[in-house]
Amino acid sequence: MPVNEQSAGRVYPPTAPYGVSAAKIREFAEAVGAGDPAHVDPAAARALGYRNVIAPPTFAVLIAQQCDAQFVADPQMGVDFSRVVHGQQTFVHHRPLTAGDEVIGVLHVDAVKLVAGNAMVTTRTELTVADEPVCTSTSMLVVRGEQP
Amino acid sequence: MTPIRRAADVAKGDLLPERVLQVDRAMLVRYAGASLDRNPIHWDERFARSVGLPDVIAHGMFTMGAAASLLTEWVGDPGRVARYTTKFVGPVVVPYDTGAEVVLGGKVTAVDPDTREVTVELSAVCEGAKVLGRALATVVLD
Repeated sequence: MPVNEQSAGRVYPPTAPYGVSAAKIREFAEAVGAGDPAHVDPAAARALGYRNVIAPPTFAVLIAQQCDAQFVADPQMGVDFSRVVHGQQTFVHHRPLTAGDEVIGVLHVDAVKLVAGNAMVTTRTELTVADEPVCTSTSMLVVRGEQP
Repeated sequence: MTPIRRAADVAKGDLLPERVLQVDRAMLVRYAGASLDRNPIHWDERFARSVGLPDVIAHGMFTMGAAASLLTEWVGDPGRVARYTTKFVGPVVVPYDTGAEVVLGGKVTAVDPDTREVTVELSAVCEGAKVLGRALATVVLD
């Protein structure tokens, strides 16, 4: 089934809060080779002016992809997850995600374009903590068409 | 503690120190767990081949994240990244036996002395081919 072109403009309800933990930040930082002590040592993070350890700049994708799961799972969208390829990714940060943050994501489907049998879907997740914007994560996903 | 880099000490054309990353399957499994991106194309060879890939491939976000690590260590504060964007233009194919080598680098493309905003174009190259395309980060320096 092809991706539904009429779904551009769709906005999903806010997600349940995702609690950013020091343990998850450490695990993520180790996985991407982020060696800055501000990811693991609260004293080092405080010396830079942060309340607690801070996440690497791409950590937000973890929350954004959980939001994307809403549209991938939406039967009205018609997305076959095994055919999804990540085409492009952008983060705009207002401040780093910090251990202790309770993050709410609102997923927007900004664009759906059908090009040469593939669907290019642009999703944007607005991440807020206590109604304060912290990060905008925008993904362009390519849903490969069935081979002829 | 590394001091935070000053915009006044940075010029257009400056290069970030290169980093050569040896990527193996264990690193992909670790990233899958850490990021909660459990797509089997990143760790199950049989599955990857069944959907037309040559072998297991690294997560695009793994490479984007590794390039960010190079950047934030150069800056001296990982919380100074205001914007970071990339296209994923080529895969990192990770064979079981040899793994893959990814060369990470970066170049300063713009410096605004008033706002202290510095733009860095990051690069990731595997087997001579670009993995990230137009990978641009804006950092706010001291």
